[in-house]
Amino acid sequence: MTFKTFAAGVALAAAFAAPAFADTVKLIDVIELSGPGAPAGTNWKNGSDLAVAEINAKGGILGKQIELIHYDSQTNPGATRAAVQRAVDEDAYVVLGPIFSGPISASMQITQRAGVPQIVGGEASAFTKQGNPYIFRTSLNQADSMPKLANYLRDEVKAKSVAVVWINNDFGKGGRDAIIPELQKRGIQVAADIATESGQADFAADAIKVKNANADAVFVYLNEEESARFLRAVRQQGIAKPIIGETTLLGAKVIELAGDAANGVKGHVGLLVDAPNPGFQAFGKKYMDKYGFTSDHNGIKGYTAVYTVKTITERIGKFDREAFAKALHGARIDVAQEPGILIDTKWLANGDVDRESFLVEVTNGKPVVKATLPMINP
Amino acid sequence: MELPRPRPRRILGQPLTLPMLRMGPFPLPGREREKNIRNADMDQFLQLIVAGLATGAIYALAAIGFTLVWQTSQTINFAQGEFVMLPAILVLAASHVGLPMWLAFVVGTVGFVLLFGFGFKRFLVEPMQRHGVLPLAIATMALSVLIKEAAKNGFSAEAQQFPSLVPEGTLSMLGAAVSVRDLAIFVVAVAAILGLQAFITHTRTGRTMQATAQNPTVARILGVPVQRMILLTFLINAALALVASYLISPVYLAKFSNGEHIGLAAFIAAIVGGFNQIRGALAGGFLIGLIDNLAAAYVSSAYRTAVPLVVLVVVILVKPEGLLGRKEERTV
Repeated sequence: MTFKTFAAGVALAAAFAAPAFADTVKLIDVIELSGPGAPAGTNWKNGSDLAVAEINAKGGILGKQIELIHYDSQTNPGATRAAVQRAVDEDAYVVLGPIFSGPISASMQITQRAGVPQIVGGEASAFTKQGNPYIFRTSLNQADSMPKLANYLRDEVKAKSVAVVWINNDFGKGGRDAIIPELQKRGIQVAADIATESGQADFAADAIKVKNANADAVFVYLNEEESARFLRAVRQQGIAKPIIGETTLLGAKVIELAGDAANGVKGHVGLLVDAPNPGFQAFGKKYMDKYGFTSDHNGIKGYTAVYTVKTITERIGKFDREAFAKALHGARIDVAQEPGILIDTKWLANGDVDRESFLVEVTNGKPVVKATLPMINP
Repeated sequence: MELPRPRPRRILGQPLTLPMLRMGPFPLPGREREKNIRNADMDQFLQLIVAGLATGAIYALAAIGFTLVWQTSQTINFAQGEFVMLPAILVLAASHVGLPMWLAFVVGTVGFVLLFGFGFKRFLVEPMQRHGVLPLAIATMALSVLIKEAAKNGFSAEAQQFPSLVPEGTLSMLGAAVSVRDLAIFVVAVAAILGLQAFITHTRTGRTMQATAQNPTVARILGVPVQRMILLTFLINAALALVASYLISPVYLAKFSNGEHIGLAAFIAAIVGGFNQIRGALAGGFLIGLIDNLAAAYVSSAYRTAVPLVVLVVVILVKPEGLLGRKEERTV
């Protein structure tokens, strides 16, 4: 083969390959499709798929179709690091996910080094405190949720003592470390401080400890499946004290798995398809029609993450990762501008988000919104 | 002569007064509080014992499976935990294709006993046994992975609700409110084990099974249908796994990974109790269940898995055949 033939071949290949590449923009979703995070990851994946289908049907982003690839993080920090590295190597425009805070903390340096924006579903406060300009949330930071919950425990539940049950991972430790000072500031005694393990199946001993702590209320900060198992164990032990929690405890999957044991559970929720918000309700219906079950907050996170990419990219008018990250810091996306964002959302300088949230109670197997809480810094 | 005056007794630096004597050395509220704390501690302990026995009953059912397979094929079934996980998944899979729940239970039960009672013996144990114990043990490890991944990919990676056959609620026992479900799990599991024990010791078939387990060559010479007895043992193992699965899945939720924890705990229980004795597996199951729950409450959830392992190490060092086991040439 002569050099001319080779060069012609390369030129021909480039001519065919270049338009195909130019017509798509690659988003890589590193998400929990197995392991303890599977319920959360499945919802996120479905939500992001739904958004991509809608955006592509309307012409994509700046004329390019979105190519969304999912990699299973296995809810494991090591597997997450490998998947994020692969995403960077495969030239992802933006990395989506994961949701669990431990795997986020273990992998976000990879996207930071490569200068690739990463939009995650985690709530632990630690990872947006590290000055990483490429990390962005889709949900409220747990440190912003806990004062609201502590006020609720003091003012509405009238609790003088609370048993705190948390999961021993980055998410749970962060929640525990955030809620206890808030309770103490309000003069509420911590009657029991109970750590549980990720993937734990048997919660009988923990429920018995809670029962004998005889606190006025129980604060639960566990992941989805563990929350459901704990609620079942609590009811099995005949505990009738108010059970209060954050978004996860009131998620659709927890309510489905816990069954009747979820009734009466109350708490603070950042995103909810049953909230009095037309955007959430329309999304909830679309999701139900397509997948046959109710989306939890992670479905909304996955959906809005893709619309965030679309909106910010269209604002900067080009596919430039650095410009994207700069533009998203301090950005505000309102539903009036982009209905796909579902709720007016503001990103702070550290990648945290600020938006309205809800106080919810589970009644007859359904989360019912009791009050809407405003943005912290509108 | 004047007698020395006795020094007034003092309590907490204060002279003892008549009202104090009437009330006792400490104010009544304090004593009551102390008594209440003691009572609460006792209540908690009793509740943990009941919960531990319920957990232990499940471990015992699975541990007996280890013993049965050991006695008939001299190997360890490393898929025993997955045997406990799978029946609940099969029932849910049958209900997801539209069968009513009662029929799903029938399909799940029959399907599991055929596949993992008859099928396990016919298609895995028999072909592998002639190659020795180690290849068979490795084959059961492969089976464990296969069952787990098939349940994950073929059904769901997420936990699923499983219907409970027992009502929720509590029952007052010695002044403490204990869970009805825990008691029911304990009673049903113990009834199944006692039934098995009665079958093995008081029926002709059971004694023939024992003879087969003790010396299959002599049993064959004496006209015992050895292969049929071995098959019966595997069917009993599958039935015990079924009972354990239906009892525990409403509590743990049905999930492909449930077998990991149950399998490990039952394996420890079987070794601690005595791998070659059903009564050993029974005792080991209850012991490990109790230790598991008490460790979670009084040590920490993080170390609850470690404490039974420490017990295992101690038993292996002190009594390698297990607490109620029989000495053999080979010990586990």
